Amino acid sequence: MRLILMPLVLVAGLLTTPAQAAGEVTDYTLDNGMEVVVIEDHRAPVVVHMVWYRTGSADEPPRKSGIAHFLEHLMFKGTDNMEPGELSRVVEANGGSDNAFTSSDYTAYYQRVAADRLGLMMRMEADRMRDLVLSEEDVATERDVILEERATRTDSEPAALFREELRAALYRNHPYGTPNIGWRHEIAALDRDDALAFYRRYYAPNNAVLVVAGDVEPEAVLALAREHYGPLVPTEGLEARVRPQEPPSRAPLRLTYADPRVAQPYLIRSYLAPERDSGDQEKAAALVYLAEVLGGSGATSVLGRALEYDSQIAVHTSAGYGATSLDTTSFGLVVVPADGVSLDEAEAAMDATLAEFMETGVDPEQFARIQMQIRASEIYALDDVGDIADRYGRALTSGLNVADVEAWPEVLQAVTPEDVMAVAAEVLDERRSVTGWLVTEDGEGAQ
Amino acid sequence: MKHLLLVLFCLIALPARAEVEIQEITSPGGIDAWLVEEHSIPFVALELRFRGGASLDAPGKRGAINLMTGLLEEGAGEMDARAFAEAREALAASYRFNVGDDSLSVSARFLTENRDAAVDLLRLALVEPRFDADAVERVRAQVMSSLKSRETDPDAIASDTFNRLAYGDHPYGSYYAGTLDSVAALTRDDVVAAKARVLARDRVYVAAVGDIDAEALGALIDEVLGGLPDTGAPMPQDTSFAATPGVTVVEFGSPQSVAMFGHDGIGIDDPDFFAAFILNTIFGGSGFNSRLMDEVREKRGLTYGIRTYLIDGDHAKAMLGMVSTVNPRMAETIAVVRDEWARIARDGITAEELAKAKTYLTGAYPLRFDGNAPIARILVGMQMDGYPTSYVATRNDRIEAVTLDEANRVAARIYRPDELRFVVVGQPEGVEATE
Repeated sequence: MRLILMPLVLVAGLLTTPAQAAGEVTDYTLDNGMEVVVIEDHRAPVVVHMVWYRTGSADEPPRKSGIAHFLEHLMFKGTDNMEPGELSRVVEANGGSDNAFTSSDYTAYYQRVAADRLGLMMRMEADRMRDLVLSEEDVATERDVILEERATRTDSEPAALFREELRAALYRNHPYGTPNIGWRHEIAALDRDDALAFYRRYYAPNNAVLVVAGDVEPEAVLALAREHYGPLVPTEGLEARVRPQEPPSRAPLRLTYADPRVAQPYLIRSYLAPERDSGDQEKAAALVYLAEVLGGSGATSVLGRALEYDSQIAVHTSAGYGATSLDTTSFGLVVVPADGVSLDEAEAAMDATLAEFMETGVDPEQFARIQMQIRASEIYALDDVGDIADRYGRALTSGLNVADVEAWPEVLQAVTPEDVMAVAAEVLDERRSVTGWLVTEDGEGAQ
Repeated sequence: MKHLLLVLFCLIALPARAEVEIQEITSPGGIDAWLVEEHSIPFVALELRFRGGASLDAPGKRGAINLMTGLLEEGAGEMDARAFAEAREALAASYRFNVGDDSLSVSARFLTENRDAAVDLLRLALVEPRFDADAVERVRAQVMSSLKSRETDPDAIASDTFNRLAYGDHPYGSYYAGTLDSVAALTRDDVVAAKARVLARDRVYVAAVGDIDAEALGALIDEVLGGLPDTGAPMPQDTSFAATPGVTVVEFGSPQSVAMFGHDGIGIDDPDFFAAFILNTIFGGSGFNSRLMDEVREKRGLTYGIRTYLIDGDHAKAMLGMVSTVNPRMAETIAVVRDEWARIARDGITAEELAKAKTYLTGAYPLRFDGNAPIARILVGMQMDGYPTSYVATRNDRIEAVTLDEANRVAARIYRPDELRFVVVGQPEGVEATE
């Protein structure tokens, strides 16, 4: 509910699954600049209706961290035509569910309902794109909710605070270093004017992507989209999304976060890494493989074999890579040491394993298994049209287009072991990394 | 929002008028299964559930069934853990083994192109797991690591404390994965014995959805399950919710407190169950638009989320809720929960609330049938709850049949504000512990 997505969370073998459509995909742009993507899946009489805005926490003005996510909450407060909370009540009264999420690069709103309610969903979603009404009282109450959300999801979770520190260290200039939910002291100072300024600028048809997936016909969807979204006025003078970029990294960074609530110490190494770019997805595809090769499964990955099976240094290892991102993304490794093993020893073992991997290269049999799994994931993906809608939404708000999404499975299948070793040599450079230790207290678990 | 409770209930999985054609089959070996053929995508989702789950742990062996479950994929037949994983990955099949208080579940999916090999591998995992010494130690270390983390997780502390108060020495009174001490003491023999207690043919429920027909499914089931023993350990005794009314405070250093609250509940076999289900939806079960969400979050900004649950365990029922808020505001949050609990018991619900809840519940149900794996899970849940396949067509009628008078009579019966037990973990200000 009003979830925050953390696209660069580096835990538990995050594999970015490749994209392919369930059935036909139709792409269209309305006269006011709104992009429309329709994905057909006629197996169940259900539709997912999503509006993705090309704005997220990395687009926030200075001193206003958290405003993208705050606005996402406020979008449920009402318009000149709807009472606060009415949209969710109408969705629920129709048996549907709705929610929204905010990331660094996008903010998205969606409803999942019976397919014949699509027009009603569009009417309400279009209404709140330009005509949001906010009272001072609603804003004040919702700010309390968000401070509670931050308390629940971040301040009460040492692992979340640790990730916040890691990202802040990894991104020294780019706003990806700021948490999506915002820094507490800045959230506390956000007000109605901040929300409305952000809203008026970024919530506009020429900054939005409509994704409709399910039991629908493209022509009917386009007609409804023209009717409901077509009349909306675009924001003039919306410039390209150019954020401060990272300077060259020359020194490996380290940090230790100590928190008495930590029961299980662990370490994360996070490297800056290239993301999928339009027409240029090959490196990202090779990095998807690299994450699987190094940390995909405990029993067969390079780190799992060395640290969990051939030795008992770790109880868990994983690698993660967020391929879909507007700007420079990250590649991460996690090692959770076994009882009695210090973080120092665990990190040394991880480094030795990486060094050996750079010498010996990818095991061809492991590579073939990963390739098979990536191919199969395309078949399994056809079972979840919502997931496919999500892929298009994320890609189209992260600098990619429909052709890139459709090409991605082929790009993935074309990766070779040599490509993987080439990106490994490029990305696994400690000078572009932060190594973080999460410990119970200063020094504990670290010696 | 993460799940706040450990004991999840299957009521939500009651389907109604879905457009799925369910075939009831019996394998040549005599095992019943439900099947939905869906040939448009070349894979099968297979769901197996063994009733009893971790509640079948032998006395003094808490956590043995959980540890055993974690070892099913760690080597079988001629293959050690690595060889097994390599074989599974080469087929791009997936098998997920999970255990909870009432069942052990196996969620498998495999491609049509290599189905036989994938099925054989699943059979090996269930029938011939090796439980190699090194695998036992590896998985034990993983379990211990997660148990250690639970010791400083306020949600887990609240849940464990609450369940201990409610169910005492019954398996429901302790965490299914065991304790650091109990897991440390488990031997390989305990793991072998744990498998025999729970993985047996007389307690298994089967559903498959996907690219397979009845004949092939029958053969598949016998292949996978035929080698399992006929029977396992007897089911645990029923118990009842025994926590006394009051407030327990567990001191924990965090800016936020978390509270778990509730009392005795109502089961699926109770004639008032559907009314209770609707009441819970209105009260705290339906996300944004519940009474508690409105009072606690929308009006007062006290929390990010509050939810209530009807727990229909095999051996006990409960009505529970969970909420977190900053320490200075927990007392106010508890007061609001108490007031709302008393209000629904006293005044019931309105005709408008009832109508909205019915529209929501009856409209939401077909949306659940949205993929092979979700449908397989629903079908297995229906079997465990004792419903016939025709239930799919009548479930919404039962929702519609609940009248306002009936709902309000049931509200007065099941909401008992004087019986509420709260367990608060944190440093709540102005919250008085009753013992």
